[in-house]
Amino acid sequence: MSRITLATLGGLLLATAPAAAQLGSYNPRAGARETLVIRNAMIHPVTGPVIARGSLVVSDGRITAIGATVTEPTGARVIDANGLHVWPGMMDGATRMGLSEIPQGANATVDASEVGDYTANAQAINGLNPHSAHIGVTRMAGITHVVSAPTGGTISGSAALVHLGGDTPPEMSVVRNAAMVITLPRRGFGGRGGFGGFGGQAPGSTQDADRARERQLDSLRAVLADARAYAAAHAAAKADPSLPRPAEDLVLAALGPAVAGTMPVLFNADRAGDIREAITFAEAEKLKPIIIGGADAWQVASLLKEKDVPVVLTGIMGLPSREDDPYDVNFSAPSVLAKAGVRFAISAGDDGAEVRNLPQVAGMAAAFGLAKEDALKAVTLWPAQIFGVADRLGSLEVGKMANVVVTDGDILEARTRPVHLIIDGRVVPLGSKHEALYEMFKDRP
Amino acid sequence: MRLPMLAAALVAAAPVAAQAPTTLIKNATVLTVSRGTLANTDVLLRGGKIAAIGQNLAAPAGATTIDATGKYVMPGIIDPHSHLMSDAINEGSLSVTSMVRIADVLNPTDRGIYRAAAGGVTTINILHGSANTIGGQNATVKLKPGRTVQEMLVPGAPPGIKFALGENVTRKNSSTVIVQGQSPAPRRYPTSRMGQAEVLRDAFTRAKAYRAEWTDYRARTARGEKGLVPPRTDLELEPLVEVLEGRRLVHAHSYRADEMLMLLNLADEFGFKIQTLQHGLEGYKIASEIAKHGAGLSSFADSWSYKIEAYDAIPHNVAILLRKGVNATINSDSDERIRRLNIDAARLVRYGDLTEEEALRIITLNGAIQLGIEQRTGSLDIGKDADLAIWTAHPLSVYARVETTFADGEVTFDRARDLAAREALAAERKALEAKEGSR
Repeated sequence: MSRITLATLGGLLLATAPAAAQLGSYNPRAGARETLVIRNAMIHPVTGPVIARGSLVVSDGRITAIGATVTEPTGARVIDANGLHVWPGMMDGATRMGLSEIPQGANATVDASEVGDYTANAQAINGLNPHSAHIGVTRMAGITHVVSAPTGGTISGSAALVHLGGDTPPEMSVVRNAAMVITLPRRGFGGRGGFGGFGGQAPGSTQDADRARERQLDSLRAVLADARAYAAAHAAAKADPSLPRPAEDLVLAALGPAVAGTMPVLFNADRAGDIREAITFAEAEKLKPIIIGGADAWQVASLLKEKDVPVVLTGIMGLPSREDDPYDVNFSAPSVLAKAGVRFAISAGDDGAEVRNLPQVAGMAAAFGLAKEDALKAVTLWPAQIFGVADRLGSLEVGKMANVVVTDGDILEARTRPVHLIIDGRVVPLGSKHEALYEMFKDRP
Repeated sequence: MRLPMLAAALVAAAPVAAQAPTTLIKNATVLTVSRGTLANTDVLLRGGKIAAIGQNLAAPAGATTIDATGKYVMPGIIDPHSHLMSDAINEGSLSVTSMVRIADVLNPTDRGIYRAAAGGVTTINILHGSANTIGGQNATVKLKPGRTVQEMLVPGAPPGIKFALGENVTRKNSSTVIVQGQSPAPRRYPTSRMGQAEVLRDAFTRAKAYRAEWTDYRARTARGEKGLVPPRTDLELEPLVEVLEGRRLVHAHSYRADEMLMLLNLADEFGFKIQTLQHGLEGYKIASEIAKHGAGLSSFADSWSYKIEAYDAIPHNVAILLRKGVNATINSDSDERIRRLNIDAARLVRYGDLTEEEALRIITLNGAIQLGIEQRTGSLDIGKDADLAIWTAHPLSVYARVETTFADGEVTFDRARDLAAREALAAERKALEAKEGSR
C-alpha cells in the first residue's frame, strides 16, 4: 500500500512549471486513474448528512464506497485527510471555458461564436481549448466540471458539459452536446424601466422594433418547425425504405434532440419580460428550457415554479439594474427563489478567467439569506440536476464520477485552500499558470 | 490597550464633524488593523472621531448605543482606484490633460455611493480613466450619501494626478477606450510604449523649463527688478511642476513590468516620485525595483486575462510585493466590485499566504498611506476619523455582511434602516407609476 503525504504546492510546481510563454500549456496533467482511499476526513456528501470522520474510496473513475467506516481495497493509494474536508467538485452551468481566452485585443483566442443567426450545428466541444490557462486556475478553486456554451446569433449552437481533468476535449467530455443555446430577440427597451441613460428610444421606433422582433421570432419558429419536419421525415424514411431519404441538413439535424424535448435549451434571458417570453415560447414549441442569466427571475418566481423551469443565475454579483432597487437585490435573489421553490443553480457569470470565484458567489448568496447548505447545493447538486447529470455528478455517492476536492476549510470561503484534487478518478496535481509564475518570481532578488 | 482612553485633544473638532452623532459600539471584536484584534471591546465615536476604544466604556449623555456582541468592527474600507460619481472620465482629445479635474464632474447623487457604503467602504480615490498618458487631477472622497461634493472631499488630502501606460493609451484595443461621440477612438500619438515614454519625457521637460521661467521671474522680482512681465500661467504644466516639487501624488495606471520600470526610471531621472502604480499587475516581476523607488502599488486582487497585458497577472502579486517591502493595496476600479473588497482581500490569504491582518490592511491602512491620509483614517486608533463598519461575522468570511457603516461618525449605511425603508419606497414607486398612466 503506497502512501502520499500532503505534497507542498511548490514541490509539485517545480516539476510542472512551463517556460514563460504568453499562451502556453500551464495546466499540470492529471495522473492515471487509480484506486484511492481518502481517510479520516470530514466528508460533505451534499445528498446526505456530513460524516464527521470517514473515508471515501475511488476506483476506476468512480466513487465506490463512502462512510464512517469502509472496506479499503488492497493496493489502494491512501490519502490521509486528517483535519481536512472532502467535497464533491463544484459545477458552473454558464461559462465559455476554453472558448475565450483573452476577449479584448486577442481575437484569435476567441472561438465562442459563429457567423449566422441559426448555427445550431456549431458545437462548443469543437472549439474548446483543453490547455486554456483558465482551466487550471478554475479547478484549483474546487470547480471540476462546467458547461461551456457558445454565444451569438439566435441559435448559437450546442454547449458542452466537460470536466476539467483531461488533455483533450473528448477526454473532458461528460455530455458532448449538453444543451442548445437560444437567445430570443430582446423585448424593446420602450423608454421606461431602462437604466444608465440608455433606456429611451425615439417615439415610433419602439413599434418598429417590436415588428422586427416578431419577424425574428416567426423565423425562429419556422426553423424549429423545419427541424421537427426533418426529424419526422428521417424517421419515416428509416421506418419505410420505400420512402425517399430527405437531404441531409446539418443545422436541422443538430436541432433534432432539442425539438424532441430530450436536449435542454438554454435561453439567455435576464429581464422579467424576456424570461416570461422564453417560458411561453418554450412551452409553445415543446422545448425543455433552462433560463441562463435570470437577473429578474425573482420577479417571476411563481411562474418559474408553476412551469418548473430552472434557472442558472449569472448576475448575483451584478449591480442592481434599477436606481431604486434594494442594494442587495441580486445578492438576495437566490434566497427569494429558494423560498419560492424555484429550481436554480448559481454561476459565477464569467466566461472563463473568473469562473474560479464561483464559491464566493454562492457564499454571497448565503450571506444574504440563502441557507448555507443550499448555497453549496446551488454549485454542486442543483446544476447537475438541471443539466440532467445528477446520476453521475453533483454529490459524493457510490457510483458517481469521482470528482472530489479535499480542502483545509469551508469550500465556499475565499481563504480556503485546495489540498487534493481528483477529477474523473485521476489525481490532478495542484498547479496553474498563476502558481507557476508565482514560483518563478517570488524569490527574484 | 484595554483601558478606556479618551483623547482630550479631539474635543476641538471641525464644525461639520462636531455635528456628527455620538455613538457607542459595545462589546465587539475590534479589528484595529494597526494594533491587532481586541475582543469584547467598545468603540466610542464622538465629534466625527474615534474618541475611545476600550472595555466597559460608559455611554456619554445623548449617545446612541449599539450592542455589537458577536459582531466585528473594522476600519472603513479604502478604495485607492475608483470612478464612482464620475460623470466623465477621459478627456480623450489629447494625451496630456493634466489640467482637467475629476472634482469638477462628480455627481453626489450617484446611487453607487450608497451601494459602496453598504459594502463597508468609507473613502475612495477618484481617478480619471486610462485613455491618456497624463489623465488629470484626482479627488479623495469620503462616501456620504446625501451630502454635497464639497462635504465629501477629504480635507487636507494631498492632491494627486492620474498617469497611464500601456494598451489603453496606445489604443491598440480601442474598444476599451470609448471617447464620447467617437468610437472607435481615432489614432493619436502615442500608439506605442515607445511613444508614451516620449510623451512623458516631453511633458516633464516642458514642466522643468516652465518652472525655471517662474523661478527666474521670482528671483528677479525679489532682487527688485521692475517692469517684469510674469510668465504666462500654464494650466497643463502647473500640476506637473507640483509633481516635480513633490506636492502632487502620481497614481500611474500600468500593467506590464517593463512599462512600470520605464516610468520609475524616468521619474528618477526627473527627480520625482511615483506614489502608486495602479493595477501594476506584473509588479511581482520587478518587486525589488518598485521597492527601491519607494512606490506603492494598488492591484486587482485576482482579475486577469481580460486583455493581453493582463495575461500574466497573478493573484499572488500583492503578497510578493509586500514581502519585498512595497506598500501594496487592492482596489476595485469598479462600482460593482467596490461592494465586496473584503472578499477580494480574503482571497489573498490563500494566494500568497497573507496574514489576516495583512489582508485587512491592504483594503484599509495601506490605502490611507497611498493617499497620504493615514494620519486621519485607515485604522481604528483614537483620534482618527470615525470611519468604520460593523460586520455580522469576520469581514474576511464570505458569509459576513455589513450591518452599519460610519464615515466621520455619520451613519452612511444601516441595514436595519434600509430594510425598514423598503416598504415605503415600494409604495412610493407604485403611486408614482400609477400617476404616469399606462406603462
